[in-house]
Amino acid sequence: MTRFFASLQIALKALRTNKMRSALTMLGIVIGVGAVVAMVAVGSGAKQRIEEQIASMGSNLLMVDSGSSSSGGFRMGAGTTATLTVGDAKAIETEIPGVKYVAPSIRGAAQVVYGNQNWSTGIIGTSPEMIEIRGWALSSGRSFTEQELDGSAKVCVLGRTVADNLFGGMEPVGQIVRIKKIPFTVVGVLSPKGQTTWGQDQDDLIFVPLTTGQKQLFGQAFPGMVRNISVQARGPDEMKEVETQLNELLRQRHRIQPNQDDDFTVRNLTEMMSSREESANVMSVLLGAIASISLIVGGIGIMNIMLVSVTERTREIGIRIAVGAKGRDILLQFLIESLVLSLLGGILGISLGVAGTLVLTSLTKWPVLFSIKAILLAFVFSGSVGVFFGFYPARKASLLNPIEALRYE
Amino acid sequence: MNHSETTPGPLIQVQDLAKIYQFGEVEVHALRGVSLSIQRGEFVAIMGPSGSGKSTFMNILGFLDQPTHGQYFLEGMSGERLSRDELAEIRNRKIGFVFQGFNLLARTSALENVQLPMIYARTSTHQRRESAQKALSEVGLAGREHHHPTQLSGGEQQRVAIARALVNQPSIILADEPTGNLDSKTSVEIMTIFQRLNQDLGITVIMITHEPDIALYAKRDIHFRDGRVVEDRENLSPLIAKEGVAQV
Repeated sequence: MTRFFASLQIALKALRTNKMRSALTMLGIVIGVGAVVAMVAVGSGAKQRIEEQIASMGSNLLMVDSGSSSSGGFRMGAGTTATLTVGDAKAIETEIPGVKYVAPSIRGAAQVVYGNQNWSTGIIGTSPEMIEIRGWALSSGRSFTEQELDGSAKVCVLGRTVADNLFGGMEPVGQIVRIKKIPFTVVGVLSPKGQTTWGQDQDDLIFVPLTTGQKQLFGQAFPGMVRNISVQARGPDEMKEVETQLNELLRQRHRIQPNQDDDFTVRNLTEMMSSREESANVMSVLLGAIASISLIVGGIGIMNIMLVSVTERTREIGIRIAVGAKGRDILLQFLIESLVLSLLGGILGISLGVAGTLVLTSLTKWPVLFSIKAILLAFVFSGSVGVFFGFYPARKASLLNPIEALRYE
Repeated sequence: MNHSETTPGPLIQVQDLAKIYQFGEVEVHALRGVSLSIQRGEFVAIMGPSGSGKSTFMNILGFLDQPTHGQYFLEGMSGERLSRDELAEIRNRKIGFVFQGFNLLARTSALENVQLPMIYARTSTHQRRESAQKALSEVGLAGREHHHPTQLSGGEQQRVAIARALVNQPSIILADEPTGNLDSKTSVEIMTIFQRLNQDLGITVIMITHEPDIALYAKRDIHFRDGRVVEDRENLSPLIAKEGVAQV
């Protein structure tokens, strides 16, 4: 221990003696570690955002959209013709074993009025299962029931944005709002989910029972039909099977010949999101790798300076060896010097990285996530860089021949 | 303060010492069989032209180099088959070095320079300061502890170096041309210190010099030529440096 402290004192003194050089050498590590910390923060921020979206969208989800219509060769977008029915939804629920929940839905836009407030929003007519499937939670009140669905009750569940805009701070549950001038009783309010990656507000909507939506709100556009069926599989393993069976079942029910195109589209949202997550992962690994390269370049800078320092201080090393320094003493002295450089650089680099990331995120609004693990790892890595690149010069110093070293000019 | 330990026999015993340097195919015989012994309390001047082998001899005495043939015993102990680190330890405890070029650490105070051998002897910080302080006053530098080498004259720097050589209470002080970089007045001052250390503290001093008038202060002269001892005689009436200082 005395050996360590003695070497530490000598090393610190040597670094103080060459302040400018020490600072510049450290800069390489500072930038390297700073880059690693910032890049990992940005990478994991993006990844976390995507994970949240997957969670908010609901897991193991298949979306069935009704097919596109065409007139005179001009094909309209998906969902322009209602080809799916409530019967399709029922069939999916009863005939495909891997299915957990099925929720048919229709949608439209309407103006909602409460008192002297009004708000235009999306209205989704669906079954109560939808709220389960999409992983919504209720912040107050309840969802609508099967009875209300069967009886086309005029009840609705508000998204947070709608509730805020119509009611301000007031409790909406139990109040009456008018959708297309028809009075609906608010039975529940959803917990907020925030925005999607593409900036869409997921809380700007109203759920009403499917039957109510069909009869009272959008009846004329799609009589008896639904525009979309959300299907949740029991688990991730059943996804593929359910998707295949879903295709077969719907082709059969819609009497589509083998040579004809589907009149519906099945989208595996989880898969889509997973691939986004995958690319976010690749991105953060790539960013981390690039940043690590700069850390290694910083390490080479340390090695370079340490080699110069050993050569420059040959005579000093000679004196030390002559008066009784052992190989270990000299090795330790130079190793500690490079370790102090790299660890100090690491600490400054972490501060720089955190500060830089905070500036970046305040300018660009990118999501960032600092992980203690990544920061510690960068710190340990910078220390290892110091030991690794400091070892060769230190060893070289410790093996100097004292007679030649003392003669060195 | 008595530096010498009481082991029987001579302090230094050298037998048939030879050193051959190999430069490619050329063999250089730096030492060709040197045998001599030095007792405790001697003050020896080693003289000889350059290339006579005196520096090689000193390096071997100082455990900085190993002989090719022959044996060297310091206090009955041989450096043969010892590792680099074990040799370093012997140097640290038994030998004080004084060089022609002073060889002090730059940008380091006199006090810290003197402490250097004690750092490697693992002496406590407190003890280090105390001993260094004492060694500096021994060479007449009390009050200049915090000066850096550049703030000291050549003579003062050499005195710091002597204090450093002194501080671990070695058996011998090996001085390689200690006055080579100094004017004659300062040289006599350095000789005063060596004579006092030798006389009052009983430290054995072995000094290389090529200046005959400096050799006159020693109690024994050994002349080297072509790797051999050609003359080894006692100086029955060495000059007293203290008186010389008064004259100069």
